[in-house]
Amino acid sequence: MSRNPAVAALVGNPNAGKSALFNALTGARQKIANYPGVTVERKAGRLLLPSGEPVELVDLPGSYSLDATSPDEEVTRKVIMGEQDGQARPDVIVLVLDSSNLEQHLVFAQEVIELGRPTVVALNMVDLAERDGLTIDPAALQTALGVPVIPTVAVRRRGLVELAAAIGEARDRAQASAAVPRPHVTLPERRMLAHQIASAAILSETTKHRIHARLDKVLLHPWAGPPILFALLFVVFQAVFSWATPFADGIEALVGALGDFAKQILPAGLARDLLTEGVIAGVGSVVVFLPQIVILFFFILLMEATGYMARAAFLMDRLMAGVGLSGRSFIPLLSSFACAIPGIMATRSITDPKDRLTTILIAPMMTCSARLPVYAVIIAAFIPNRAVGPGIGLQGLVLFCLYVAGIIGAMGVALVLRRSVTKGAASGFIMELPKYQLPTVKDLALGLWQRAWIFLRRAGTMIFTVTIALWILLNFPRAEPGQDQINASVAGTLANGLSVVLEPIGFNRDMSLAIIPAMAAREVAVSSLATTYAVGAEDEEQAALALGDQLKSRWTLPMALAFLAWFVFAPQCLSTIAVARRETNGWKWPAFMLAYLFALAYVAAGITFWTATAAGLG
Amino acid sequence: MTLDQLPLNTPARIAAVDWSALVAEEAQRLQALGLDEGARVTLAYRGVFAGRDPLAVEIGRMTIALRRVHARAMTVETIAETLSA
Repeated sequence: MSRNPAVAALVGNPNAGKSALFNALTGARQKIANYPGVTVERKAGRLLLPSGEPVELVDLPGSYSLDATSPDEEVTRKVIMGEQDGQARPDVIVLVLDSSNLEQHLVFAQEVIELGRPTVVALNMVDLAERDGLTIDPAALQTALGVPVIPTVAVRRRGLVELAAAIGEARDRAQASAAVPRPHVTLPERRMLAHQIASAAILSETTKHRIHARLDKVLLHPWAGPPILFALLFVVFQAVFSWATPFADGIEALVGALGDFAKQILPAGLARDLLTEGVIAGVGSVVVFLPQIVILFFFILLMEATGYMARAAFLMDRLMAGVGLSGRSFIPLLSSFACAIPGIMATRSITDPKDRLTTILIAPMMTCSARLPVYAVIIAAFIPNRAVGPGIGLQGLVLFCLYVAGIIGAMGVALVLRRSVTKGAASGFIMELPKYQLPTVKDLALGLWQRAWIFLRRAGTMIFTVTIALWILLNFPRAEPGQDQINASVAGTLANGLSVVLEPIGFNRDMSLAIIPAMAAREVAVSSLATTYAVGAEDEEQAALALGDQLKSRWTLPMALAFLAWFVFAPQCLSTIAVARRETNGWKWPAFMLAYLFALAYVAAGITFWTATAAGLG
Repeated sequence: MTLDQLPLNTPARIAAVDWSALVAEEAQRLQALGLDEGARVTLAYRGVFAGRDPLAVEIGRMTIALRRVHARAMTVETIAETLSA
């Protein structure tokens, strides 16, 4: 009757390889959004059945049980039960099991199968099980579970056609007969059954040397593990700076050529200036940082895909416990290095509410990728590009220090918060360490593409709009001949007002001007400075100077350092505030976050400016 | 002996769990992961920093990280290593 496509949901334990299977089944045609009312990510895509009929496939958060212990698991339960707003009850449940972890995964599997709904089992990662010396009999498993079992290897696209066919058949059966719930059994019974079923289905089991055990011997080693983690993080930040340079230079040249081209073909006038000074200089100065953002996300996705991220959480747990958090907070905080928004959303996996609130409040202090353009342009202009050791550049070192400053600040704030406003019982840390896996190029590429696209879309929409608005505010009202255009403009008047507050910490008018539109998105500070200096240039020659040279001729080193210190702490991003409001269900905590971060930014910038000035760096 | 006192890489069985010593959600999560009476476990890694926290426990083919406070609630007995194990 209804011509709506059927809905199938991927369900399974965490680390069952659901996301890889989802990517393999739906390809790049995915829609990522949020479930209404909660910020649990809803990933949906289209799967074509062998009959050519489309099915909407939904990837549900990994769960250990239908008795939810986190908001993530709650969504999984609600969707399966058909209680989730904005989501039709799935017609078919696709249970994803990790073959090499069969006994464990069969516990949750039984709970789902008991519901009596049309279910298909994807016996995933059979190749890894074989690598571990396991041979499994899918037919025996199918008999024991009473639902179709399809062996799959998502990353090698094995078993996908068979799985799609089984989904189609299950859907047809569902239309023919109603769900028949099976008798409910207790957890110990289920566990016993899981053991029996798994033992019967496993044909042979040899204890080969498992690769992950050997890797863990090194990576979780009490003394070797933490230095390896820190070395790895250091390499990431060096790479962000040095690998990106040729690509960034290329984009910069392209933007410059585009501006020159526009100047040649268009008649001189305000319209041309809007295009060259506003659009091209502004948006271009942000797009230049795409390579760095892609590199940073590359490493974060790589750590997630290989399973190292959970090891990092293990290694960091004791340190996090020192400030009243747990290793679980490490993953959201590390994600916040890319962007605080997914970072804050990732706190949903933290079960303790106080723990979670603290993590949300400190997440904006992790240096997100939007700060990178600001840091990069200032560092490139003011910090000499020389080596301070083998393979260690001074610029990379300064960047590293800025990241560390954010981390130390966050830890300090967490310590204070956990003893005051978010006081509560010490939180625990329980988490599965998944098997190591070689990431697939396709999954990595897809993840990178999604991130890069979000960044470019932001550059094309929000940053574009803000830049144009700023250009207009900078150019009107027009200055009298001989008068400074910026001082005469609306934006200049505002900035001059703000300067009264910001002058004591070393900010000049242009810096005050840059931090207003940067509330929309931090990287706008760069395009604002670019636009401001393009508008304010006294002659063609000065206007042609690169932004870095402009800054060098107008700012002192203490001013530049103060600006960097401001950006380490300042809550310069409305989207983050909005997400924090949604996650904490009200304005109380976002308001608190805004207030303490601005206070911290002001003090940090001030101390930096005064210290640097006293040290004679000016 | 409790789980946190178990020597590394020594097969053991969880004999009893004092669930009352744990927060309800954490107890539920540990059970969901299979850490319950009767489960066979080995202690694989300890953290490096003060208190040698957290711990990594192998159960079946899974490795689970947990804190010493959780391990302290679990009484274990070592099982003699047999060739078939």
